[in-house]
Parts: sequence; structure tokens; C-alpha cells
Amino acid sequence: MSTQFDIFKILSGNESDADYEKKPVIIQGITGSFGSTHARLMRSYGTNIAAGVTPGKGGSKFEDVPVFNTVEEAVKASGSVISGIFVPAPFFYKAAKEALDNGIKIIVAIPEHVPIIDSIKVFEYAQKKGARMIGPNTPGVIIPEIMKVGIMPAQPFTKGNTVVFSRSGTLMYEVSFHLSNSGFGQRLGLGIGGDPINGTNLIDSFGLIRNREDVDSVVVVGEIGGDAEEQLADYIIKTDFSKPVVAYIAGRSAPKEKRMGHAGAIVYGNYGSAESKISNYDKANVPVAKSPREVPLLLRTKLRK
Amino acid sequence: MRLLEYQGKELFNQFGIKTPESILAENVEDARIGAQKLGFPFVLKSQLTVGGRGKAGAIQKCKDSSELETKFGELLVKEVKGELPRGILLEKMVDIVKEIYLSIFLNRSKRCFSIIASSEGGIDIEQTDNKIIQDISIEGVSSELANTIASDLNIPDRSKESFVNLLLNLFRVVVEKEAELAEINPLAIISDDSLLALDAKVILDDNSLFRHEDLKKYLYLSDLEKQAAENGFSFVELEGDIAIIGNGAGLVMSTLDMVTDANGKAGAFLDFGGRATSETIYEALKVISRLPKVKAILVNLYGGIVRTDLVAQGILEAYKNNILTVPVYARISGAQSEKARELLNGSKARLFDTVEEAINAVVLKINNN
Repeated sequence: MSTQFDIFKILSGNESDADYEKKPVIIQGITGSFGSTHARLMRSYGTNIAAGVTPGKGGSKFEDVPVFNTVEEAVKASGSVISGIFVPAPFFYKAAKEALDNGIKIIVAIPEHVPIIDSIKVFEYAQKKGARMIGPNTPGVIIPEIMKVGIMPAQPFTKGNTVVFSRSGTLMYEVSFHLSNSGFGQRLGLGIGGDPINGTNLIDSFGLIRNREDVDSVVVVGEIGGDAEEQLADYIIKTDFSKPVVAYIAGRSAPKEKRMGHAGAIVYGNYGSAESKISNYDKANVPVAKSPREVPLLLRTKLRK
Repeated sequence: MRLLEYQGKELFNQFGIKTPESILAENVEDARIGAQKLGFPFVLKSQLTVGGRGKAGAIQKCKDSSELETKFGELLVKEVKGELPRGILLEKMVDIVKEIYLSIFLNRSKRCFSIIASSEGGIDIEQTDNKIIQDISIEGVSSELANTIASDLNIPDRSKESFVNLLLNLFRVVVEKEAELAEINPLAIISDDSLLALDAKVILDDNSLFRHEDLKKYLYLSDLEKQAAENGFSFVELEGDIAIIGNGAGLVMSTLDMVTDANGKAGAFLDFGGRATSETIYEALKVISRLPKVKAILVNLYGGIVRTDLVAQGILEAYKNNILTVPVYARISGAQSEKARELLNGSKARLFDTVEEAINAVVLKINNN
């Protein structure tokens, strides 16, 4: 499924489209303080926020964006297949299911603290519907200088040909900032999310860009916990992934069996440890930076080879 | 949250998974009364959230009252991996015919739950190849699948039905109580062919606690952790003397690594999430101020919508109210940083342009004292 799903086509479209780079996006939870703050910031970045959804607020407006009671009405009015979900975690499952039931193809799941079972249910349901969930607990997705669906600041990102996949929000900004400063703009920045369950995991993310000619390198910002990096290293080897990849892993010096801020950042025994990730990356010939600042240096070396 | 063994067993019992007769004792008086009810011999098991109890000697057989007096007292003060027990479980011994390993865990990379089973019970499951891993849908485990697993484990026919029921019930524990892991190691087939869970390791999904009133009683937080949680902070106490505060789990972890690389020793990890205002930094400093071992604080904030001047105000406020006496080394990337610098001028807080500079300064200061 990962290679079939064209995220660029959905988020920005083809040059021949009338709404090229202006694809309509709906925001679920647009009237909440979090949703409205970021809806405003997304609009000023260039995202076409075409409708909002807040049950009970139908008929009102956010700036000049119409607000509806249901996703069904918002989709009918806007033609959108992309939804940024900004509702609190306890309401996420219902909001996501409603989105998937009404033809949404990309859910950007912003809330933190979504129960694991809800994430699994949404993931299973999205698969059934041929849709994709990004997150939960993600800063979102950005195509620099074109559009963003999420809560990331604009400044760190510049247009270019590398992509950044990150399990952490602030580190995605920090690493992108260093990349941009070193002349490595980004074609895409995508937050995997800090939870144990990622609707779009690292391997899915690699599937999104592996055949794209406008992507020349990949930066993966990971952290302790789980085995996403180990699985990715295996994928890089087994599928002969040919673009240069550079990684960073946060939490090398964290104690075991302690949850380090993210629900997913916890080491049990060797499972999820930085050593395990680094040694697997090593087998896949992926250098691991010691600090965010070192990422562009390693990338430069890698691209020269 | 990882439950203690007796708590996990309470959940198992609610779902019809049987465990040996046992009594929890928090002091020696309780233990004496418990011993009378239970009858010797039995096993004393330290109630800890860390693994490796057996190897550490925190599980002891107890054959009579004189052993109880010595061993109970010893166990009660015995630390395992820095943790003291929260009570000792007195548990009846049983006649074991066969031991099995059985667990249902959250398979993160496959994004589902998986069953792991092995015909070797009581072992470290990571260390054996003799195991079955079976992915399951959130919709449920079929009796057919449970039967296949029973056969693969060579469970005697007389115990097969009990095993199938137990596996289905274990899945109900995971889904209805929302656990990331429910492990029975070992699961014993005893002389009357029935099955008993001799141990219980259950990790609950903290993010689902809002809809499980009955599980909130298991939350066990230190005062500091409570204070941090009430403010929505993620907080982990560490062993060193530099407290690290930041906005975002990854960023704080990354800062922790860089401090360690620079030969500094982190004493606390505090992530206050997305909101960086004067109130959040003030509350974060309040939490940290309760750790006497902390000699300096490193603040690392990054983000486009961070108002540096507001953060500076929060820091100044903390100094003014004597919440804070130790120096603050801060890297705050965001708007209004010139104003912030002016505000902090003359205080014990210093602003740096890069996190590397802030780290070098704080480590130099601490290690030279």
C-alpha cells in the first residue's frame, strides 16, 4: 500500500489542476482555541482551509471559512479529502471515524494522549478505506513554501530536495532549521508522531518518496522506544533503498523503563534502546548524528559520495 | 503505568483468570496474620515495578514463622534496581505439572496486538527462539486460533479448554482495561489439570485512564510527579545535578544526550509541552526547585511561537519569589529575544544563542565547583 499512496498528489495536486497547490483542507475542531490559532497560521502559510467542523457551531464562520456541524457537510461544500483533526484526545476516535466515513483520504491527527486502542481502530479502519492517518501526536505535514497541515512553525523550513521524517515535533523543527541553514531545503516534512502507534510509520513514509525524482535524500529523526528504526534499517537493506539517508536518535542517555515525555519513548530491556537502533542503522549504512547540528554535516558527506 | 504483580492479578481474577491464593502484607504484623490464614509454607514476593526480582533475591520461600520474621523484614527494605517494594505478597505454593509462557503485547511496528506463547515457562522470552508469535485483530481472538496455539504448546487435552478460555479472557483484560502488555510468566498447569497464573505483568495505557475510574487507584506518583502531572508536564527524576527543561519530548531528550556527552550529569527531565508562557516556565521551575540536588537549570526552548520575553519574565518572577536560587542557563529561540536578554540582565539567568554554548557554560560551572 505504501508505494501506491501519492501524498504529494493529494496535498498539492498536478500542475494541470485548477486548484494546484491550493487543495482544500478541512479542520475538525476549528473553533477551539488550539484549532483556530493554527487554522489562522496555516492560512497565512498558504494552506487552503476551505471548511471547518465543530458540532453545534454549524452555520457560523471562522474568519471567512464556513463552519459545519458534520464532516459530511464540510466535505460536500469544499470537496476536500484532507482533514486536520484538532479535537481533544478523548474525542479523536469519533472525529477520525467520521472523517473516514465521509471520504477523507488523509487524516492529520494532531492530538496528544490518544488511547492506543483508539489509534489501532482508526488505523485499521483507514486501511479498509484506502486512507492514511498521519500521527497521532504529530506536528503534522508540511510541503515547504506551499502548504502545511499541522502546528509546525514556518521559519525552520525552506523549499528543497531532502525530506525530513520525525518522531518528535520540536526536533523536526530544530533539525530542519539546521538543514535549511546549510542549504538543504525540504521537499516534505512529515511528523510520524510520538505515540507507540503511528498511522504512517517510517517504512510507510519511505514508500511515499522512494520513487520521486525531486527527492535526493532523507533525514530520519528518531528516538528511543519501539523498533521503528530497526524495521526501517531492515527495509533499507532488503528493498535496496538507494537515496542517501542520515539519521538522528534522541534519548541515548535516558534511563530504561522510564517514559521520556512521549508515550512511545520508553526502553524495555534492549527493546527500543538507542544501541539497538544505532547498530541496525550501521548495518544499513545510515550514519547517526550525535546532535541536531551534526545532521547537515553528515548529509553533506553522504551526498558527496 | 506498570502494575504491581498483585494488582495485575486482581485484574486477572476479575476476568476469571485464576491465581494462587495470596495475601498482601505491608508490615510484619500483616504478614503474621496473613501467614496464619494462608498456612506455611508459602512464597514471599516483593511487589516491584522493575523486572529481575527472582535473580535479585526478592522472591523467597518461607517455611515457618521464624523464617517469616527474618525474611519478611529483609525483603521489605531490599532495593531492586533502586526501587523499594510496595508490600510483599504471601503466596501459596502449588503443584506444578507444566509451565508455559503467555502474553499479549502491543506490537508497535505491526500496529496491532500480538500473542506470544512458549512451552517453556518462567524463562526470559527475549532469550528463547522456542516461541509462537501470532498477530491478532482488535476485533478479537477466535477459539479456533486459541485451540491452535494450545496444540502448538502441547497442552494436554484435559487442560485445553481451560487454556482456550484463559487466552480469550487475557485478550479481554487487554482490550477492556486497555493494556499495552498482559503477561503471565509462568502460567502453570497444576496437578488437577487447571491453570493458574503464577505471575502477572500488566502495563496499562496511561492515555486511556480518563475512561477507567476503577484503574486510577493504581496510579502511584511521587509528590513531585503529581505536581508535574497536574501542570501537564512530563517529568522524570534522574541522578545528576543539572535539571533540563524544554518544550517537546524529543528536544529535551536530545538536550539530555548533549549534556551527557559534555560530561554533565542530568538530574531531571522536564518537558512542558507546546505552551511556553511565563506561567508554564514558572510552574516548571517550581517543580525543579523541590529537588535539592539540582545545582543549575538548563532551559532549551525552540519554536516559532515561543515568546522569549514572556519566558524571561517567568524566570525573573521565580527568582523574585525565592522559588529559585540556582543559576539558569537558557537557549530560547523565538520572538523578542533582545528584550528577554535585557530583562535577564543582572539576574542569575543567562541567555545563549545556541544550546551547545549553554551546555558548555553550565557544565563548566558545575564541574568546577
